[in-house]
Amino acid sequence: MNDCIYLDNNATTQVDEEVAAAMMPYLTRYYGNPSSMHTFGGQVKGAVQQAREQIAALLGAETSEIVFTSCGTESDNAAIWAALKAQPNKRHIVTTQVEHPAVLNVCKLLEKQGYKVTYLSVNGQGQLDLDELEAAMTGDTALVSVMYANNETGVVFPIDRIGEIAKAYGATFHVDAVQVAGKIPLNLKNSTIDLLAISGHKLHAPKGIGALYVRRGTRFRPFLVGGHQERGRRGGTENVPGIVALGKAAELAQQHLGDVDRERQLRDRLERTILTTIPNTVLNGHPSDRLPNTTNIGFKYIEGEAILLSLNQYGICASSGSACTSGSLEPSHVLRALGLPYSVLHGSIRFSLSRYTTDTEIDRVLEVLPGIIDRLRALSPFDSDEAGWLQDQEKVLVASV
Amino acid sequence: MWDYTEKVMEHFHHPRNQGAIAECETGEKIVTGEVGSIACGDALRLHLKIDEATQTIKDARFQTFGCASAIASSSALTELLKGKNLEDAARLTNREIADFLGGLPEEKMHCSVMGQEALEAAIHTYKGIPLYNHDEDEGNLICSCFGITDTKIKRIIVDNNLTEAEQVTNYVKAGGGCGTCLTSIDDILAEVALEKQQDIELATELRAIKSPAYTVIPQLTNLQKISRIQQVLEQEVRPILMEDGGDVELFDVEGDTVKVLLKGACVGCSSSSATLEIAIQATLRDRVLPSLVVEAV
Repeated sequence: MNDCIYLDNNATTQVDEEVAAAMMPYLTRYYGNPSSMHTFGGQVKGAVQQAREQIAALLGAETSEIVFTSCGTESDNAAIWAALKAQPNKRHIVTTQVEHPAVLNVCKLLEKQGYKVTYLSVNGQGQLDLDELEAAMTGDTALVSVMYANNETGVVFPIDRIGEIAKAYGATFHVDAVQVAGKIPLNLKNSTIDLLAISGHKLHAPKGIGALYVRRGTRFRPFLVGGHQERGRRGGTENVPGIVALGKAAELAQQHLGDVDRERQLRDRLERTILTTIPNTVLNGHPSDRLPNTTNIGFKYIEGEAILLSLNQYGICASSGSACTSGSLEPSHVLRALGLPYSVLHGSIRFSLSRYTTDTEIDRVLEVLPGIIDRLRALSPFDSDEAGWLQDQEKVLVASV
Repeated sequence: MWDYTEKVMEHFHHPRNQGAIAECETGEKIVTGEVGSIACGDALRLHLKIDEATQTIKDARFQTFGCASAIASSSALTELLKGKNLEDAARLTNREIADFLGGLPEEKMHCSVMGQEALEAAIHTYKGIPLYNHDEDEGNLICSCFGITDTKIKRIIVDNNLTEAEQVTNYVKAGGGCGTCLTSIDDILAEVALEKQQDIELATELRAIKSPAYTVIPQLTNLQKISRIQQVLEQEVRPILMEDGGDVELFDVEGDTVKVLLKGACVGCSSSSATLEIAIQATLRDRVLPSLVVEAV
């Protein structure tokens, strides 16, 4: 599958060759422990510091505000833990229905432990209602935890406005920016964000490395308790090769931020052509308030896994929010929150591009996709006149949303 | 990605018998069986062309909304049905559909169940039995997320020897939504296990009865055979079934096939197939003729 057309970059990304080259010496030659007092350890410590600077530069932050973690999930978990432990008297959390499980499942667990959690809804285009947020806030709200951009639809939330509301009520503001870092410019220095999570493998670094931004002055209680590493904020010997890789990836991402327009144009061409040439297709999510690399399209009357497997036959990798891909029996919680009809929901496909995506690859997708959709629709009873029972179900379900 | 067999992928990419059946000749009838739900994400329309004189399925076609295993299961179902008489077709299990494909992932077994249900629906339609009279519709609703009754859950547990609620979810989706019915599914599993245990005890009891009057004679006339079967049912099987509120009556004997009517508590019992096989058939084979096959009508 080396020559695959990879359009699943919101799941994970290709490790950049420069990133791999940068980390390699720290897997082989420079294996010292950065906490050691000798010169050998000191060299490694210097590399960790350099990575911290590179990440701080990407985020518009100070080096002292960067804590290395093992992944985005750990960053999110650590942020929520830190915020709640620092404010033991407050028992209310505000988040959204469309968060990543790294936040959503922590909140569900906290509910069982007595916390009250408000899950904000989204509209049909995946956007939040800030009045609903305002109405949810109380003096008891310890934390507002919101993703910067949604991993499935790419819809970007109005983070500045959300932060202002959170601050007005004295709540800590945590942002899951895993899908955003490297895709849109960030400047945390002048923001209202207290805690922000990023993940290496979403921006062309390897899996197993992440970082958490902790605004200076934010009260912090460590999630992982151990040694004095990361200024006591995250115990455990550092994953030096991963850290070096994340640093290099952050540096490259910053350099490539200017190229994002090219990605957007490719995405727009893919999206526009699908929507205009393949009948019964719809865009899931807001048309403009979106990440430049993501499009989520509903192919009515057919099922997502069948589309994915057919694409896979041509070496094209994408993703679906349909139930059949997950084994959970329930389709994507994000697409459900948008209130989409089931015939759209089950047939939704996410294409997510990267800086490596080419014109030729998009051409190839556009060449094979119509045939795949035609074949599967010919198998489906859904749009047949005799299958009124299915159409009736759809009407009833739409009416009940 | 799911670990699909080559045969599943072959039937997904090159499904056999897709579409509807447009025409039939005199003496043939086209019927359709429809199952599924748009909320669940899979639906199947099965079309059968039946020769009314021979009760044989001359053609089978499908239209499926669903994933690769749903499409492959539908394709497999039509291949298995073509040329079968209705009586044999009615005995087709979801397990046979899955086996035809070299197996399905556990989580996808509900696709094979959908095939079996569409077949049942088509046969009911052919026989003019209204679908709302189907046993399952008379059961108690257990899983409200996917609309699954206890009768259906029991049937799937028995047919597939399921022992865990998670398996039930994989086969019929029940419990896969909000999950609040998982405790009820556990109760049904326990109930079926208990009934099965009781059947085994019943069979053991029947076998333990020594009846020197019945020695197996290889060459029996048809009249002798029917008379012996009637005697064994009356004297040995019925009294034990009646102790538990059940009963059985001889309906007909065709060759070595013994057709019986289950009555009382045996009707609708989730382990009635086990009662037939373990208790009645085994006893008749032991007492009358080893080649006998018992069927309920």
